[in-house]
Amino acid sequence: MLLLAFILIGLSVITFLLARVVPSDPAASYIGPHPRPEQVAEVRIKLGLNKPLYTQYAYYMRDLLHGDLGTSIRTHRPVTEDIIRFLPASLEIMFTAIIIALIVGILLGVLAAQKENTLIDHSSRLFAVSGVSLPGFWLGLLFQLLFFRWLGVLPLGGRIDTYISVVSPVQNITGFYLIDSLVTGNWLALGSSVMHLILPSIALAAYSTGIITRMTRSTMLEVNREDYVVAARAVGLPERIIALKYTLRNALSPTITTAGLAFVSMLTGTFFIEIIFNWPGLGTYTTMSILAVDHPVIMGVTLIVAIFYVLINLVVDLLQALIDPRIRL
Amino acid sequence: MRFLAEDRFKEQRRFLHFFLKNPLTVLGLVIVFGLIIVALFAPQIAPYPEQGMGLSCVKNRLLAPSAQFLLGTDDLGRDILSRIVFGARVSLRAPIIVISVVVAIGVPLGIIAGYFGGKVDEVIMRIGDLFLAFPSLLLAIAIVAALGPSLINAMIALSVPWWPWYARITRGQTISLKERQFVEAAQAIGGSDFRIVFRHILPNCITPVIVMATLDMGYIILALASLGFLGLGTQPPIADWGVMVSNGRTFILDQWWFSTFPGIAIFTTVLGFNLVGDGVAETLNPKRRR
Repeated sequence: MLLLAFILIGLSVITFLLARVVPSDPAASYIGPHPRPEQVAEVRIKLGLNKPLYTQYAYYMRDLLHGDLGTSIRTHRPVTEDIIRFLPASLEIMFTAIIIALIVGILLGVLAAQKENTLIDHSSRLFAVSGVSLPGFWLGLLFQLLFFRWLGVLPLGGRIDTYISVVSPVQNITGFYLIDSLVTGNWLALGSSVMHLILPSIALAAYSTGIITRMTRSTMLEVNREDYVVAARAVGLPERIIALKYTLRNALSPTITTAGLAFVSMLTGTFFIEIIFNWPGLGTYTTMSILAVDHPVIMGVTLIVAIFYVLINLVVDLLQALIDPRIRL
Repeated sequence: MRFLAEDRFKEQRRFLHFFLKNPLTVLGLVIVFGLIIVALFAPQIAPYPEQGMGLSCVKNRLLAPSAQFLLGTDDLGRDILSRIVFGARVSLRAPIIVISVVVAIGVPLGIIAGYFGGKVDEVIMRIGDLFLAFPSLLLAIAIVAALGPSLINAMIALSVPWWPWYARITRGQTISLKERQFVEAAQAIGGSDFRIVFRHILPNCITPVIVMATLDMGYIILALASLGFLGLGTQPPIADWGVMVSNGRTFILDQWWFSTFPGIAIFTTVLGFNLVGDGVAETLNPKRRR
């Protein structure tokens, strides 16, 4: 727990310092093009930039503890508000992607381990290592080329058809189009949302599917060599039961850690996917802020994502403890 | 660990034998060597080397692949094949520099932490944990955004979050080696700490570091390409695969060759390094050898 507090404080220091390293003058960027010197001086006082560094940090921490991440230089809205607005869209792709990655990854991993050294095994391994080697943004572009331009079966980008967003818009309850349209019985919107979700999620899932497949396969192979599995086989238990009850259960532990890591890698992966598919999520918001050198946003998002990261590691640890009774918290 | 020269030789030969048994690993090696050759001899291999280095020829803008321009031309009329060939230089040089820096920082810190233990160990590891608490690519993006987009800043930005991994692994090795008899013996004779570290601990830490570095190469190449894609890495007119994919994005639907071929280059390169890394890891893993 103390370690957690230390890490979070350290994170805030790093992000704060990064924001102050910026070569451009934040006051000038806040005003816009061609600021007059009097305006710049005024804004400097307003943004508190004339105070010494440690005072600025103290204000920063105080604001942080109240959930205030500062104001975006680009949108002039509170960063926290912007993040809450754009986060569900990103989470929607991420959750869909991790589900795809888990299902495909675990199935392929188990299959490859069962049929070790056969063509199936080698093909799955090649598939997995390719998934890990593909640049996500490039895969997204290829998908657009293939499925939109050449085959014409899936949409180019966006979360929903423009036509449907006007005629039968999704009511904003959770921010997740799938959930909201399902709950309100908006079938048109649901169908369109699903169609738009397919390509981005698969593009995002590629890397995670790769690492989950590899981890599942290698742990399954290792567990298969363990004494208790050999004993179960010798006693005559059918192979399917051995796989499900003995091997998979015990192989699950490292796989869950990997899935946690995979989910986190998606946090950054989603930035690129969103750019390609014009998805109005946190990634697009942050990228535009990066290009505008909107450092409160960059630092705010970095901090939030890092906290997220720490939380997910915590969840993974908890899940491990749940699955493996030998682990004590 | 063997210390006789003869045993070491036998062990290396056995390593090579198992290493080369897997066809995928051999494929990886072929790709990596091919890449090195392409990078070294870029001016000789590229059909239009001046264009590879940035000379534009706007009248040839966005031409489809043909006999004259095997992979087509980009929006400034430059031959994409030549650009890809020259892109290999950046794609190879930068990750090597990044990994060297990361190893140069991480390994000594890890050894110091492991060998001296106590407060020193605590401090180093806690600082390392801090960097590990960030997703590496995101921190790198934030750093480059703060410092300004350029290749050097991108390399610095990638080195900063990466060193803790190497420190961790070296620290673990050092701790386990510290208790071994030969270290005790050296200490008994009165060997200085420095000498012990250099002659006994460091050589034995190299193997896991090499494994990790090989596995990381692929990821760092991908990270640099991603930074390039965001415009946060190599600046024009230097040929960079990530930048090329990004530039081609506007034209992807009709002039598909612009983004597709550089992407294939990135994919193949990363695949090569990953296959080699996998081969190394698997060969060195005693549990899996038949």
